[in-house]
Amino acid sequence: MRVPLSWLESLVPLPEDIPALAHRLTLAGLEVTDIERVGGEWKGVVVGRVLEVRPHPGADRLRLVTVDRGDGAQTVVCGAPNVAAGQDIAFAGVGAVLTDPRTGKPRRLKKSRIRGVVSGGMVCSEAELGLSGEHAGILVLEDAPAAGTPLADVLGDRVLVFDLTPNRADALSIVGVAREVAALTGARLRLPETGVAATGPEIAGRAGIEVAAPDLCHRFTLALIEDVRIGPSPAWMQERLAAAGMRPISNLVDITNYVMLELGQPVHAFDADRVRDRRILVRRAEPGESLTTLDGRERKLDPDRLVIADPSGPIALAGVMGGIETEVTDETRNILLEVANFQPTSVRRTARAFDLFSDAARRFAWGLPPQLAPLASARVCRLLAELAGGRVAEGLLDYWPEPEGPVHVRLRRSRIPQVLGMEVPPAAVEDSLRRLGFGVESVSGSDASRPDGAVCVNVPYWRRDVRAPDDLVEEVARITGYDDLPAAPIEGAVPRHPRLPARELRERVRDLGADAGLFEVQTYSLVSAEDLAAVLPPESLASPPPLRVENPLGRARDTLRTSILPGLFRAAALNLDRGARSVRLFEVGRVYRPLADDRDGRPAEEERAVALMAGVRPDRFGSPTTESLDFFDLKATLERVLDGLRLEARFRPIERFGMLPGRTAAVDIARQTIGFLGQAHPDTAGFFGVGVETCVWELDLSRVLGLAPDAGAPVAAAPLPRHPSASEDFAFVVGPGVLAADLAGEVSSHPLVVEARIFDDYPLEREGARSLGVAVRYQAPNRTLAEKDLVKVRRTILKRVKRRFGAVVRGAPGARPARP
Amino acid sequence: MDPLEPVVTPSQTPAEPLRVAAESSSALEELATLDREPDVEAWRVRWLGRRSQLALALRGLGRLPASERAAAGRALNQAKKELTEGCRNRLAELREQATRRLGALDVSLPGRPLPRGGLHPITLTERAVVAAFAAMGFHVIEGPEVELDYYNFEALRIPADHPARDAMDTFWLAPPEGADARRSRPLLLRTHTSPNQIRFMEANDPPIRLIAPGRTYRNEATDATHEWMITQTEVLAVDRGLTLAHLKGTLYEFARRLFGEDREIRFRCDYFPFVEPGVEVSVSSPGGWIEILGAGMVHPEILARMGYDPEAYTGFAAGLGVERIAMLRHGIRDIRRFYENDLRFLRQF
Repeated sequence: MRVPLSWLESLVPLPEDIPALAHRLTLAGLEVTDIERVGGEWKGVVVGRVLEVRPHPGADRLRLVTVDRGDGAQTVVCGAPNVAAGQDIAFAGVGAVLTDPRTGKPRRLKKSRIRGVVSGGMVCSEAELGLSGEHAGILVLEDAPAAGTPLADVLGDRVLVFDLTPNRADALSIVGVAREVAALTGARLRLPETGVAATGPEIAGRAGIEVAAPDLCHRFTLALIEDVRIGPSPAWMQERLAAAGMRPISNLVDITNYVMLELGQPVHAFDADRVRDRRILVRRAEPGESLTTLDGRERKLDPDRLVIADPSGPIALAGVMGGIETEVTDETRNILLEVANFQPTSVRRTARAFDLFSDAARRFAWGLPPQLAPLASARVCRLLAELAGGRVAEGLLDYWPEPEGPVHVRLRRSRIPQVLGMEVPPAAVEDSLRRLGFGVESVSGSDASRPDGAVCVNVPYWRRDVRAPDDLVEEVARITGYDDLPAAPIEGAVPRHPRLPARELRERVRDLGADAGLFEVQTYSLVSAEDLAAVLPPESLASPPPLRVENPLGRARDTLRTSILPGLFRAAALNLDRGARSVRLFEVGRVYRPLADDRDGRPAEEERAVALMAGVRPDRFGSPTTESLDFFDLKATLERVLDGLRLEARFRPIERFGMLPGRTAAVDIARQTIGFLGQAHPDTAGFFGVGVETCVWELDLSRVLGLAPDAGAPVAAAPLPRHPSASEDFAFVVGPGVLAADLAGEVSSHPLVVEARIFDDYPLEREGARSLGVAVRYQAPNRTLAEKDLVKVRRTILKRVKRRFGAVVRGAPGARPARP
Repeated sequence: MDPLEPVVTPSQTPAEPLRVAAESSSALEELATLDREPDVEAWRVRWLGRRSQLALALRGLGRLPASERAAAGRALNQAKKELTEGCRNRLAELREQATRRLGALDVSLPGRPLPRGGLHPITLTERAVVAAFAAMGFHVIEGPEVELDYYNFEALRIPADHPARDAMDTFWLAPPEGADARRSRPLLLRTHTSPNQIRFMEANDPPIRLIAPGRTYRNEATDATHEWMITQTEVLAVDRGLTLAHLKGTLYEFARRLFGEDREIRFRCDYFPFVEPGVEVSVSSPGGWIEILGAGMVHPEILARMGYDPEAYTGFAAGLGVERIAMLRHGIRDIRRFYENDLRFLRQF
């Protein structure tokens, strides 16, 4: 909301230091976001008095104007038709900065020669001063001070720009802000005059109201003003409206806007002669009805919309916008003035439905007191009589079936320190509340000055946000200020801390991912359906489909991710596009898996860890090589993460949607699949615009959670082996389809084998056959193994791998002794 | 069997001792020409080994006439000493030379690349926030991001059509296909972490001291200071005797931990329907006061609805934006950097 200082000052004296006042208002809850100057600074522009006007010797339409500019006379060339001796005008000397009327941009005024005559300045139009578009004639000042006075002192105004909170509907008005200023500074408030002398005949019988929707319309008043003369509103009103951000239109319209800004109560003027029978009906719209609103748009109505109607149909959207049919025009002679109180929810819904958050709708939606309606009606009537010559009909039609009584709140003194943690002296409590318009009385039988005493507080009608004792505590605190509030350390027993295993695991995986040389990214939870379809098979997107946002920011962000991979691919593509030669990324976050059977429809929010690697491998100097980072570069990071979690996984070839067959593995732990690893299918990589050899892995942390040892539990230390081990290397020849890890696993399954490690893999000439080197270490916990033990173990191993994999050994192995 | 040992037949007569001793000088000359350790070792075996001339001569001393024995013994032992020392010195020389050759690295060359990883600044900042509150006895809880209207709004005193909803533009989820429209309640992406307050209080009794970090969503256009996805952290404490002064003390400690000593905290009146009084909290900085979070005393109506006696228990709550804290701590000007994930940005943390 915009509050021109000149307007505010007409209601309450203002301190010298406006920024300090704005700061104080902000601390008290009425946030001032800006102090604007209206019309600019006008540097070098002063009040001038026209001394003489002579014809220009070289041009019929130009004249030479001599101006007293305070420090001497100056002759300038002027083309305005309305300039005349004796006028007080705005004079801009050489060097002044004005608005160029043609471009609207600022321009420094230079000495110039016009048709042979030197012009040392300019008599300004409103356009040149940036006040309006008026450029035909010069601005003539009324009641101007002495020549030479800076123009900013005459026309200048400043505007406090507020960003208000919706509990303070009362502050959506000049009077409301003035009340707050008065409470904070202790100055006296001067309320606008609302007294009006009726000069017309009784309204009763000449107009009527009927409220058919009492749940949505709490109060409705109707006044009749006749024989108004339409015309422009006075300059002071136009200036105030313009400074407050409203375009002046005519006296009738301006007055209604003026009162809304002044008192915060929206009012609506109907052309009385276009309201059939001058009968107003407040009702729900009927199905199929429509109304063309003031903005010229036809609005389809339904029974959720409250309308103002006459016997012929709707004439206004209650509290939101009037209809064009009954609008006040240049021909309007008589006015029916509606000042009402509508149910906030109804107004808010209608405003939302039509995307019509008018000034009126916002005020109603924030909640207005019904007591304000007759005051605003009287204020409008008074101004219409004063400024538009209207005759105000005697009486006010007032529908208010359930008048509200005064609201009292009992405040225990001890509640203030109980909430704030500091004492406020009783006198300061009462003073703060009284300044804000609250009535304070001591409760009978209670000594209000004692800590256990209480006061009874009468809440003024305009403060509908204050209904409970703690509301009063806040009122006291914001007027006395929070600056004296001590900062006390929190005390007392520390509550019991439940552990969050899922969070602990997530944070561990983050640390391990970073340790493995990956950079953590965080990508949006909302992605496009197409992106998900690029990494997930159609069946997983179908039953049930991922949750979608009803009102998304765009199609690229309309689906709750059921996979983190699209975000990771997009992040990789962005970095490769921006010149990165390689990307090593991971993300740990939630996916939102829709559940078919859950009753409240919420998805399972599951934790996933996902990594991606693409680009080229660096050489010994870190320079890019021609080799791509590959499957095994990425696999190392997964192994590092799993090792950090003390997990041993088995990698089993699988086919998976979006991944390259033959280069994709399931990650199994204890026969449970916890994720996958592989190279993206070229189509997938192409879809996201990343390189062909892009590899990814994914871990389902909700599954890992049940398998990984609890990092918080102490590890039981195993004793070091006391007997030496023996080592030997085997070279096995295997056929196609044998997995190295399975071979090594078979070898290590012998109880005397403590380690079987693949150390070599090379293809043989026979199709599909290869040689796998396996380094084996033998050890027994209770004795040193003898050669005869080794012979037995070796024979068993060879038999087993031959039976299971058809593997035969190349060359004769021999055991080497080694240290334990 | 050492292949380098010269083969000597036992029947061979021992060398004449004085000639053997005299040859040692030519052996030393030869030694000086050897510049590989294995050659020196071979030389040692040849001249000083068990079957060297010298060893054989020493072993044969007993067979010499007594008159020659002493002189021959002296000469042989002298020769053995010279050769042994010569050998030791030559080896030391060679090792010294080799060591000197090894030192010739260009130490300015870069090390072999070992890729560095790193954590996202939001992760790091969230951890710093959690650590600051954990030090004051707060513990972490987490809640769902897809929420019911009840927890996100209604239970927090923001009923349907409350104007406070206008400040929290909400992403609503489309009802699942084929869902029973009457039975299914509308779902939304939580607009703040405050639903955690309700979920926790429903299931627990005071005293409470918790923080609840997580993602939140606002349906609004993005610019340098606005992002539609924000990581928030909720703070909630409920106990007997908690006051607004304790909120100030807690946030004061928090600000000092995250922004450094010499920081001050300032409250100004603000409005959130679920607290009373409500405050906006600013922290002092060299450039002036910077708003960092909204907070207040838990509304007594909410405490009562949770089954707590609002006359006995009071509480405070705060909600802070992790991105905002991160921006202030690191001097980040554009909030959109966080979820863009440019590595040149991420590498800096």
